[in-house]
Amino acid sequence: MSSLTNFTKGIIKENPVFVMLLGLCPSLAVSTMAQNGLGMGIATTAVFLCSNLLISLLRNVIPETVRLPCYIVIISGFVTLVTILVRTFVPDLYNSLGIFLSLIAVNCIVFGRAEGFANKNKPWSSILDALGMGIGFTLALVMVGSVREILGAGKWFGREVGFDVLGVEPMMIFAFPAGGFFTLGILIAIINRLMKKEPREAGCDTCPGHSACKGLDIGAAKTVIESAQGEQKKQTKNQKEA
Amino acid sequence: MEIARGLIIILITGVLTENFILSKFLGICPFLGVSKKVSGSVGMGIAVIFVMVLGTAVTWPIYTFILAPLNVEYMRTIAFILIVALFVQLIEMVLRRKMPLLYESLGAYLALMVTNCAILGVTLLNIDLEYGFLYSIFNAFCAGLGFLMVMVIFSGVRGRVDRCDIPKALSGIPITFIAASIMSLSFMGFAGLIEGIFGI
Repeated sequence: MSSLTNFTKGIIKENPVFVMLLGLCPSLAVSTMAQNGLGMGIATTAVFLCSNLLISLLRNVIPETVRLPCYIVIISGFVTLVTILVRTFVPDLYNSLGIFLSLIAVNCIVFGRAEGFANKNKPWSSILDALGMGIGFTLALVMVGSVREILGAGKWFGREVGFDVLGVEPMMIFAFPAGGFFTLGILIAIINRLMKKEPREAGCDTCPGHSACKGLDIGAAKTVIESAQGEQKKQTKNQKEA
Repeated sequence: MEIARGLIIILITGVLTENFILSKFLGICPFLGVSKKVSGSVGMGIAVIFVMVLGTAVTWPIYTFILAPLNVEYMRTIAFILIVALFVQLIEMVLRRKMPLLYESLGAYLALMVTNCAILGVTLLNIDLEYGFLYSIFNAFCAGLGFLMVMVIFSGVRGRVDRCDIPKALSGIPITFIAASIMSLSFMGFAGLIEGIFGI
């Protein structure tokens, strides 16, 4: 894969929110205003870039068996750093993002790319991947935020868009949680239609625990557990016999 | 009396007015991934309640007695996420050894808890809201209860949606989101319930 596709694939073709359906919690929660979406997107991109780079550099050092705890520590370390920076320099953004800034630590995009890309690729392509995915995520947040802010408050990035000139009241509902679900649903549908893609089902790969449970779906996980229990019973039986 | 009043307010807030899924947008991924069948929803919901309550019971003392006195409150994200991850492993081991029956029904969902934003979210929110220990535990329980309730109701909705003829572009996730939007809209009807009952 060339370095250009590494960069561009995250922006449209594999957009984390609209196509991969990852990181849906923040894209619904902080997208009441375009400005918040932009801030959250930049913060996430920063965490993304640093953690992808570090994980990629350490990919031959981190042992396979303890990689998930290592990623958790690396990612949440950078999240703490970004939280402190945002609180110091942009306190308004810090207040409006609330706990979602801390929750970047469990953002499935960051986690998923660390597990799915950075630990297999060289630092340079990991940086490009992180940048592309970050820009894609920011773009998605700004899009959802713009729709909700324009329709819900009649403003865009805090400026009036002229609803009052037309004599139309903004639709408050778009600023509420219900409007968030609706906007994201419609946007995903439009993008499915434009890209003529088979719509994705929500399944295990949309879940943040995907990398933690190694892609087992619930049914498969149950069989694994059952077989483990069977083995355990056998072992205890053997012990008793011995 | 004062405590009972506080608890009732937390119960109504957590389950109805500020539901974790429908108004705080926490735990959307498991909500979309596992709410296809009622059995899955119930299993996931119970596992969430379990880990939320036990996770709060561990993180609250650690924040109050270790992080806050040392003035390292900013470390809470790292500390909480590691504690929750370790704790989930521990619960998994204990359940496997001591309560295999419970493990059989919850084990598969427990693995998904580590990176669930609802779990980390409730532990952080309890600190932000400056709740005491009892209120924190109860708040975690109510948040989990609200999560379970919405998961179960929504699995019924999805069963109906699946049998409808939906435009191709809308099928799958988009129509699920729109259904969730309508449900969130109906839960907005509970707004003002606390003010109405207690006259605040």
